[in-house]
Amino acid sequence: MTTQIQLQEGIKISSAIAETAQRKWQDYFSFNTDHKVIGIQYLVTSFIFYLIGGLLGTAVRTELATPDPDFVSPEVYNSLFTVHATIMIFLWIIPAGAGLANYLVPLMIGAKDMAFPRLNALAFWLIPISGILLLSSFFVGAPQAGWTSYPPLSLISGKAGEEIWILSILLLGTSSILGAVNFFVTIIKMRTPGMGFNQMPLFCWAMLATSALILTATPVLAAALIMLSFDLLTGTNFFNPAGGGDPIVYQHMFWFYSHPAVYIMILPFFGVLSEVIPVHARKPIFGYKALAYSSLAIAFLGLIVWAHHMFTSGTPGWLRMFFMIATMIIAVPTGIKIFSWLATMWGGKIQLTSAMQFAMGFISIFVLGGITGIMLASVPFDIHVHDTYFVVAHLHYVLFGGAVFGIYAALYHWFPKMTGRMLNEPWGSVHFILSYVGFNLTFLPMHILGIQGMPRRVAMYDPKFADLNMLCTIGSYLLAVSTLPFIVNVIWSWMYGSKAGDNPWKGLTLEWMTTSPPPIENFKTTPVLATGPYDYGSNKSDNQSDTTPHSKP
Amino acid sequence: MQIPTIAPAKTELDYHHSFEAAASHHEGHPDHRLFGIFVFLFAEGMIFFGLFAAYLIYKATAPVWPPEGVERELLLPAINTAILVSSSFVINQGNAAIKKNNVKGLRFWLAATAIMGAIFLAGQAYEYSHLNYGLTTNLYASSFFVMTGFHGLHVCFGVLLIAAVLWRSLKPGHYSSTSHFGVEAAEIYWHFVDIIWIILFVLLYLL
Amino acid sequence: MNIPSSILTMLAGIVLTLISLWYGQNHSLLPEAASKEASDVDSLFNVMVTISTGLFLLVQAVLIISAIRFRRRKDDNTDGAPIHGNVPLEILWTAIPAVIILGISVYSFEIYNQMGGLDPMAAHEHGNMQIAHQMKGAAIAAPLPTSFEETAPTPPPQKQIALGIGASPEKQGKPADLLVNVTGLQYAWIFNYPESGVTSGELHLPLGKEVQLNITAPDVLHSLWLPEFRLKQDAIPGRNAELRFTANKIGEYPIVCAELCGSYHGAMRTRLIVETPEEFENWLASQKEMASKESLEEAIAINPAKMSAGEFLAPYVEKMGIDAAALAQLHSQHHHTTASN
Ligand code: HEA
Ligand code: HEA
Ligand code: CUA
Ligand SMILES: [Cu+2]
Repeated sequence: MTTQIQLQEGIKISSAIAETAQRKWQDYFSFNTDHKVIGIQYLVTSFIFYLIGGLLGTAVRTELATPDPDFVSPEVYNSLFTVHATIMIFLWIIPAGAGLANYLVPLMIGAKDMAFPRLNALAFWLIPISGILLLSSFFVGAPQAGWTSYPPLSLISGKAGEEIWILSILLLGTSSILGAVNFFVTIIKMRTPGMGFNQMPLFCWAMLATSALILTATPVLAAALIMLSFDLLTGTNFFNPAGGGDPIVYQHMFWFYSHPAVYIMILPFFGVLSEVIPVHARKPIFGYKALAYSSLAIAFLGLIVWAHHMFTSGTPGWLRMFFMIATMIIAVPTGIKIFSWLATMWGGKIQLTSAMQFAMGFISIFVLGGITGIMLASVPFDIHVHDTYFVVAHLHYVLFGGAVFGIYAALYHWFPKMTGRMLNEPWGSVHFILSYVGFNLTFLPMHILGIQGMPRRVAMYDPKFADLNMLCTIGSYLLAVSTLPFIVNVIWSWMYGSKAGDNPWKGLTLEWMTTSPPPIENFKTTPVLATGPYDYGSNKSDNQSDTTPHSKP
Repeated sequence: MQIPTIAPAKTELDYHHSFEAAASHHEGHPDHRLFGIFVFLFAEGMIFFGLFAAYLIYKATAPVWPPEGVERELLLPAINTAILVSSSFVINQGNAAIKKNNVKGLRFWLAATAIMGAIFLAGQAYEYSHLNYGLTTNLYASSFFVMTGFHGLHVCFGVLLIAAVLWRSLKPGHYSSTSHFGVEAAEIYWHFVDIIWIILFVLLYLL
Repeated sequence: MNIPSSILTMLAGIVLTLISLWYGQNHSLLPEAASKEASDVDSLFNVMVTISTGLFLLVQAVLIISAIRFRRRKDDNTDGAPIHGNVPLEILWTAIPAVIILGISVYSFEIYNQMGGLDPMAAHEHGNMQIAHQMKGAAIAAPLPTSFEETAPTPPPQKQIALGIGASPEKQGKPADLLVNVTGLQYAWIFNYPESGVTSGELHLPLGKEVQLNITAPDVLHSLWLPEFRLKQDAIPGRNAELRFTANKIGEYPIVCAELCGSYHGAMRTRLIVETPEEFENWLASQKEMASKESLEEAIAINPAKMSAGEFLAPYVEKMGIDAAALAQLHSQHHHTTASN
């Protein structure tokens, strides 16, 4: 532990530098190239879009409170869920993951910044631009073809809105690719000397896998959207059967990206869990290598299962069987993750902090979402529930219960590092309980709705489904309310929260070895590894020292 | 379940190497730009991969390919291909020159590459204006224009990149045998454009 | 390898298994099953529910026990035991899910094959391939396919792959007892019985007879969903797909459009009526008799409203946009049909 203490002292000496390195608020509104500024820019921007997307989701639920299309017109309803999903996926989860990674990856690997700081800033600034572009479509008739935007419907349901949608997705895709280039190069090339791949924190492994997926899959979406754009604007017939084109080709290209996209949206938060759980359970992560390589396995498998979204579409029987089996295999590496996390907690000294609550909530909810995913992969059953509320339930279980809970866990865990102040813990628990209850109230009944016969993307439905829908709507209001304690907590704590100190959770990864918030180039001296990232409880981490008060007798 | 049964002896990972301060801390940060360019071009290549895959599906599901009425002229595109492919060797000469600190040679070979690229674009434009089909005539025609057009954009960008390197090489001492990242970047990009064209050519004209 | 095996664990395991087995049979999540294939799918689902319940409860139990039993006590500032892994345990929890999914895959494959999903001739035999060639731009103006009753296989415009659910293995090669051409268009389903020339907005099927639905669409993607038969297939413009099944329960069932097809996608619903063969013949006869412009117009334009118990659609029928031209064309065809009969 000596080296680490030296490091800490080094930082105390450098605290003078840290003081002058305090960021001014203007920095956050400028083309700043510091990865920490950019990380916070990403996080705040994407959270604002989350509120907008959530507002649209709440509007969707309000419409569905009763069977009649009485709150908005059916056209507007279609725009609501289209923009809701587009914002949630492209402007909330994906940028939030990129934001966290921006803040954490250089710190965790002991680098001063990302490999290409200006590219990094550019990638960020594309996001608010395309977000505003997308929202502006409400003035000309927002896109109505769902976030999947299948032709031929997308070619005839409003040109202007659809083209704006395409442009903003192209910009967001570009942003995502530029970010991935940066992460990939940074993680491979800029680890502090002595940090081999197998000494790397698992969050970095997750980002490596995510970046590889982005680099492989996102460009194919760009190709599809370019072709869709030509069909829309110039009258070519790539996807238009009226002119001999093939709408199924679009579906293949779309899902070649959008299935991997779901892993782009979950892998970073798998990484977050692997960081949060050992710290708050005070126990080494269980099965480091298995966790690291399962991220790669998921990324690879994720590339060869896309047609499970097309089991009732233009796919022949044998193809359906192939994709069914490939899809199911993903349960294995994902199961390894779940069980490793559980084994990490088992026998630990768990502190039920807000971060840990969200991490455990993640596992609790994601498991159900994953299991319904396996059911969906089974072709005979998927034929029944495809395009129903069962799928809507599945996707919110993994996306909300997984990705969003993961983001919250990360924010509660790293907020002290980012701001130097603690979030209020009791209010964090209130936030967690409201979210957990509201979430299940909103989305659990949707499983039943789907199996019983309610299709998705409908503004009006059979009155026999009215009761369960009302329940979902009430749940969604509770869910909306649950964000309020969080927002207030963040704003209040950022200004007046109690001082965090450098390492409030006694973590062992490198980001905790510098000040909170870290100085401009992160570390005074190049950090040196004294322990592995998760060596809790071992005699190597000398607990008697005052840097780690959790002393072992 | 009881914990002690999980044998600590079986510990999978050996994390406990205490790394001695490997004090190889290089000031200023090492250049990752070349690696970055490769990574980026991989992504760029995947866009083309998407277009190629779509094209191959159209081809595989059509009874006749190319559709009736499409005449595929070979002579001009073949000449164009020859020009583009040889320009890859030309730009490589430029890189070789600067490695020997020969800035004049660099300028010469780069200028030659840029001119060949421009000729390629001109040939492409000529071909466009003499085809018996337009953008929306049929699936082959649409694919043809979108794919060659998208590639043409890349050629354009490549020519501009080379021009920029040329411009910078006018400043004495800007490029040298030890520092010529711009030249290498332009060359790698140009090879990329070239490789894509070869695949395009095979797909569009020969298959 | 020492797997924890106290009596307590074993008891917990037994209870977990029992609960899972019970819930797998008693979840009552599924709607009625009106064909043999539907019951097969249901048994597959029940197996998956059983396994899922077990896995789900196991994970939740470990979470809760951890949160309680391994909670940090006040004043205990020690760390947990420095355990980094356990290879046999890790192999175990890799192998068990692998075996489970292998089992589910094989079972699903078997059911799918039984349903006829691998019937290689699907969609080729009785193709009434129509290209939506007239469609340009607006879907509203999309005309109906030139001929509903054409059953002679016209050569497909592209090399097509078989889509949908074909004949189950023992029936392969034999034609179905009844053929119905299904067209989905914004926003109604139209069912045409080529053998008798009847066109209707509702689907009537005789009990116990194998039926083959040939599905296509002139405008955008739709998806024919029969929840009580656990069957669904997209209607794809320019493509032909089929669903083959045998209804085995008399009753009235919903038919739902499951693929987003425009603003009134949610209203694109109608009924499937399974009746005795005699009743079915009577219905066909009565349809032939009173087939006239008016009744057909009603069947299509009013149908979704009729379906929706509440009359929420009434104000929208106007706007719903089964276009006049499309209707007119349909009518003229219909005349032609009746005339030729
Ligand atoms: C974060 C996002 C995310 C994640 C992680 C997943 C994960 C999975 N998804 Fe999901 N999915 C979506 C987001 C996601 N999905 C979205 C957004 C859609 C809808 C898109 C649209 O149409 O709009 C969708 C739709 C979707 C479909 C198409 C449904 C349809 O339209 O008909 C299918 C079908 O196979 C599927 C399957 C799976 C599977 C098998 C997994 C697996 O990765 C899950 C693996 C996890 C587990 C299995 C749980 C943990 C494992 C264990 C505890 C081990 C033991 C388990 C077993 C042996 C079973 N998903
Ligand atoms: C990460 C992804 C994500 C997230 C977090 C959510 C969150 C929510 N979603 Fe979403 N949803 C999708 C991704 C997501 N969704 C996708 C991909 C689809 C498929 C779309 C398609 O078919 O094309 C979908 C579709 C979808 C549907 C189906 C629509 C249909 O098929 O007809 C429904 C219906 O209930 C729904 C509801 C909700 C609700 C109630 C929430 C709630 O969790 C939202 C909670 C609310 C808030 C967080 C807002 C809180 C704040 C305020 C209310 C006020 C403050 C405001 C300001 C200060 C500005 N969603
Ligand atoms: Cu037709 Cu939805
Ligand atoms: Cu998927």
